[in-house]
Amino acid sequence: MTAAGAADPVVAAPAGTDARRAGKTLLWTCVVVLCLWVLGPIYLLLVNALTSPEAVTGWPKRFVPSFDLSSLSFFWNYQGVARALVNSILVAALTMILSLGIGAPAGYALARFRFRGKNVFRLLVLMTRAFPLPLLALPLAVFYIRVGLDDSVLGLALVHTTLALPFAILITFSLFMGIPVELEEAAWTLGCTRLQAFRKIVLPLAIPGIAASGVFAFVTSWNEVFAASVLTIQNQTLTAFLLTSLDVSPLPLKFAGALVLVVPALIFLFVVRKYLFSLWGIANR
Amino acid sequence: MADIDITRVAKRFGSYQALHTLDLHVEDQEFLVLLGASGCGKTTLLRIIAGLETATSGEVHIGARRVDPLPPRERGIAMVFQNYAVFPHMTVFENIAFGLRMQKIGQSEVERRVKRTAGLMHIEQLLARYSGQLSGGQRQRVAVARALAVEPSVLLMDEPLSNLDALLRLEMRAELKGVLQESKTTTIYVTHDQVEAMSLADRIAVMHEGRIVQAAPATEVYGRPATRFGGSFIGTPPMNFLPAGREKGSAVVAGLRMPAPASNAEGLQFGIRPEDLQPGAEGLNGSVRVVEPLGPHQLVTLDVGGHLFRAVLDNELSVSPGQNMTLAPRPDRVRWFDSSSGMAVN
Repeated sequence: MTAAGAADPVVAAPAGTDARRAGKTLLWTCVVVLCLWVLGPIYLLLVNALTSPEAVTGWPKRFVPSFDLSSLSFFWNYQGVARALVNSILVAALTMILSLGIGAPAGYALARFRFRGKNVFRLLVLMTRAFPLPLLALPLAVFYIRVGLDDSVLGLALVHTTLALPFAILITFSLFMGIPVELEEAAWTLGCTRLQAFRKIVLPLAIPGIAASGVFAFVTSWNEVFAASVLTIQNQTLTAFLLTSLDVSPLPLKFAGALVLVVPALIFLFVVRKYLFSLWGIANR
Repeated sequence: MADIDITRVAKRFGSYQALHTLDLHVEDQEFLVLLGASGCGKTTLLRIIAGLETATSGEVHIGARRVDPLPPRERGIAMVFQNYAVFPHMTVFENIAFGLRMQKIGQSEVERRVKRTAGLMHIEQLLARYSGQLSGGQRQRVAVARALAVEPSVLLMDEPLSNLDALLRLEMRAELKGVLQESKTTTIYVTHDQVEAMSLADRIAVMHEGRIVQAAPATEVYGRPATRFGGSFIGTPPMNFLPAGREKGSAVVAGLRMPAPASNAEGLQFGIRPEDLQPGAEGLNGSVRVVEPLGPHQLVTLDVGGHLFRAVLDNELSVSPGQNMTLAPRPDRVRWFDSSSGMAVN
């Protein structure tokens, strides 16, 4: 061992190499731990959702899915699931439209115009996330009942829009900031109105990022459970429905429901990861 | 084809006066260069003419039309930007065609004009490419071609060569001059590079702290600067300045008696270009500090009465540090400035 160690060039190398090696080991350990932390539960979810109900409750546990779709198909045919799914999609789509419709113009204004109170506005946008939803839920429910927005797709979409809006504004803000104003000015001098320049120059360059911001709003709404549970009774979204119904359902059904919830969000976030990274200042090349 | 008339234009950003009230007339087909250090207001003035900035007061006329209330697209201008502003999601062809398409010109005419301007700028082989596949110099050619394609009555250029490396800048400068002479477009060109200004301009407007201090042909701006700033900003090495005293109707500079200018200014300053000095029996006396041979000439730095003083002298002359020297200024090249206002008085 000692003889082999002495012959090993790595041992003879300066201390710097050793430190770098240790750093690398630490880095990879962290990467592996983080991956396991995130992917482990998702994998178990996948395995159990795709295994027959008997095997899920039985022993020993399997770690390879048997691709038995009976749990999923039972879940699919479960009373109210289809309707909750439709509601979820409707609320999420409406949230996406509203937060882009309000957020993108706000982001453009922040990026292009100088106006009084601009910095305060940016701060306020973020401040909306500082109020915990449970604090607001009860007054909001009372108010909704009074104006007749309770238990409606629109009412819930409005709440989800306030949750998604700060991100929609900040994502589109950084997006428009990244498009040089000279491109727009060049278009104006070449015969465009402000609107034409936006449509012909800014929009084509911004559209992938705007789509990403929309998807992010969609996922925000899709995953939101608290406001959905409080504000809806008949028109429950999938998250609210699962929270109330599956609490009392057998284990295989919970797995199936969780999978149906997680997969769309995962796919969406994977598709738009590049834009979210760039928003958070992480280079992705 | 149009002249430009700028009347009593001023611009204020909050409490900062970017442009003091100024007037400027640019002749039809003239090549005018706005020259000044950064922050002097030259780009602001250009953007006011383009309509990208609104003047706080004053009027801008292009040809017979008053354009300052009009948006940029209705002014008959085209602009070339410092960072080129080539649209990244369009091919070079579509970039050059952009302005023509906005004018709803037919496809065959668009093709003809894009080909012609691309030929002018030597970028025919790049027409199918995107901006990301071009070098800085090529992007600049696209930007110029795009501006020329719309056949504007006024072409505005905002430091178009300053992002290019030195060699390319030289090459593009000569090429631009040829192309723009050919196109006969009235051009306003902003730069902080005095050599660029001198080589391109029919007329240079020197700007300083939001004012046009002199608008004149290059030789005059160089030889007869209207302000002390003009003398120090233009020319490498810059003009020499020495304080002057008055004595019985003549001016005395470092012991040298000269006829005083016809001016009642309190204090006077004497100015002379380094190349307008000759060794002589009578003149400014100083001790040589540094001698720098520059090939055709030598640059001699002297101490004249405690002031730094430079002279560009013939190469054959033997000069060495420490020696005393008498330099005679060419009388017709001497400039006198009011030492409090900095304005030339002769």
